[in-house]
Amino acid sequence: MFDNLSDRLESVFKRLKGYGRLSEDNIQEGLREVRLALLEADVNFRVVKDFVARVRERAVGREVMESLTPAQQVVKIVHDELVALLGGRNRQLDLSGRQPAVLLLVGLQGSGKTTTAAKLARWLLSKGRAPYLVPADVYRPAAVEQLRVLGERIGVPVHPTDTSRPPVETAREAVARAGLQGLDTVIVDTAGRLHVDEALMGELRDLKARLEPQEILLVADAMTGQDAVNIAGKFDADLSLTGVILTKVEGDARGGAALSIQAVTGTPIKFVGVGEKLDQLEPFHPERIADRILGM
Amino acid sequence: LGRKEIDPGLLDELEEILVTADMGVATVGKVLEELRIQVKRRELADAGALRERLQDRIRALLPPPGPGPAWAPAPFVVLVVGVNGVGKTTTIAKIARRLQAEGKKVLLVAADTFRAAAAEQLETWGRRLDVPVVRHAAGADPAAVVYDGLEAAIHRGADVVLVDTAGRLHTKTNLMEELKKLRRVIRKKVPEGPHEVFLVLDATTGQNAVSQARLFREAVDVTGIVLTKLDGTAKGGIVVAVSDEMGIPIRYIGIGEGMDDLRPFDPDAFVSALFEREGAA
Ligand SMILES: Nc1nc2c(ncn2[C@@H]2O[C@H](COP(=O)(O)OP(=O)(O)OP(=O)(O)O)[C@@H](O)[C@H]2O)c(=O)[nH]1
Ligand SMILES: Nc1nc2c(ncn2[C@@H]2O[C@H](COP(=O)(O)OP(=O)(O)OP(=O)(O)O)[C@@H](O)[C@H]2O)c(=O)[nH]1
Ligand SMILES: [K+]
Ligand SMILES: [Mg+2]
Ligand SMILES: [Mg+2]
Repeated sequence: MFDNLSDRLESVFKRLKGYGRLSEDNIQEGLREVRLALLEADVNFRVVKDFVARVRERAVGREVMESLTPAQQVVKIVHDELVALLGGRNRQLDLSGRQPAVLLLVGLQGSGKTTTAAKLARWLLSKGRAPYLVPADVYRPAAVEQLRVLGERIGVPVHPTDTSRPPVETAREAVARAGLQGLDTVIVDTAGRLHVDEALMGELRDLKARLEPQEILLVADAMTGQDAVNIAGKFDADLSLTGVILTKVEGDARGGAALSIQAVTGTPIKFVGVGEKLDQLEPFHPERIADRILGM
Repeated sequence: LGRKEIDPGLLDELEEILVTADMGVATVGKVLEELRIQVKRRELADAGALRERLQDRIRALLPPPGPGPAWAPAPFVVLVVGVNGVGKTTTIAKIARRLQAEGKKVLLVAADTFRAAAAEQLETWGRRLDVPVVRHAAGADPAAVVYDGLEAAIHRGADVVLVDTAGRLHTKTNLMEELKKLRRVIRKKVPEGPHEVFLVLDATTGQNAVSQARLFREAVDVTGIVLTKLDGTAKGGIVVAVSDEMGIPIRYIGIGEGMDDLRPFDPDAFVSALFEREGAA
């Protein structure tokens, strides 16, 4: 992820550095190319507009243009703005408060929720927690079976969900059962749904109200295009997300969705999925990513 | 004559609409370039004419659908490929449903032996549709499943065989090699197969779909595209860029999770939807 964006930005900066002193025209031209690079990386149109405007405002001042290393200054401004856009620093899961703690995974169809539920369970297990996996997808064929198989693979118990019953009831029972069995972290895997599906979004609002989860995590595909802002914006508006998990980042996605989602929701990306296997989940570090994007 | 002058801001607005529909800045730039000149020369009467010209230009980038799959001779073998989670398995169920309605005998092959419960998912669809599913145990060699599937199809006199494959990122060369192997196995049993290779693309995908199409085409000669999840707010504009570069016909669109939520691709409807703003409906 981000390799292509990184290459593009690097060539823009190289050109800027070649000028020595920067005229306002040089900076405008550079920013035009930054804009194109970001758009080609799937960063949302509006997000790019704001981003470029912010960088321009800071770059077209005396300080930069009269400095001895103006291009470096511009690179630094872009870097700072990227780090800010990516949420600043790594944020961990916050599982404090009432136990068992509850994590709710939500997102569009096929984004990677079920796989990520199992990955998180494995990760939490390695941190000394006692997870319980709860299939709350009663719609997709074999969704419960999928999570059951994954749970078995990592030795984490999976709630025996009855798909003929409402997911909210199932999830409440599961939390109670986890408490009785001394399990301290309940991971609820929900069905994929469109953000514009009011009935199913209502089901999630219900789950939130009844379970009071510590974490509501949007699982989003790194290859998502311009619509990422609408999707994340709506999930956040309805549920007040506490974090985002970006999946399938090991491919050649240009990663704009990451920047867009963060910009629109202000919700930190907490993990990234880097493969289909259950150990392929990594904490997300904005500053490292910004460094990588800028080839630093 | 009461014609509205073309506001110079209109072109920027159209650029935003199309980029936001995931058509990609390069493709959008290309279709708008000529129009910018025409606007400057006042060759376009009004905003309406501009829009119409623009839609024509986009439609021209989409390959003509042609006659579509022949679904014969039997067994007509279709390989369905794509990255993870785009909707391959569900699309197979939907296509099976359509073919069934046309009186065809369909057989499904669960060659995704990797993802947890992938075969169970396809089996569930098979039960709902009353269509046979050939599967092996989890972790089995997908090539062996395909081989058995074709054997069963020949024995039972199936008209169409739909082969479901595991989702894989196009950048994983070993997994792309595995697809080539599946194709070789198909040819052992049905020499002129696979008759169609459908690449499933998710409408919410951005510029990455171009890379997906390139690498899947390179590996297995994709013959058609299915664009899923158009029931959301994403417009799927990236298929315009894909078509422009590769000329692969778009066969179907997916508009929901149910077995009836598949439609033949309609270029006119697709292009006009690119311009529809959300919240209008
Ligand atoms: N390459 C890659 N594939 C992933 C990753 N995470 C999940 N997947 C794959 O993406 C596909 C969809 O994953 P699921 O976990 O079933 O997605 P989901 O969101 O639960 O899907 P629905 O329940 O149908 O909405 C599967 O093929 C997974 O193996 C990842 O980080 N990298
Ligand atoms: N809204 C909507 N959802 C769809 C559509 N097509 C498939 N889905 C959903 O997308 C999710 C993934 O679909 P699958 O058919 O399992 O996708 P896949 O490509 O086989 O996934 P893997 O085998 O894991 O790579 C499921 O929840 C489907 O119900 C569609 O056209 N619209
Ligand atoms: K749509
Ligand atoms: Mg799932
Ligand atoms: Mg599948």
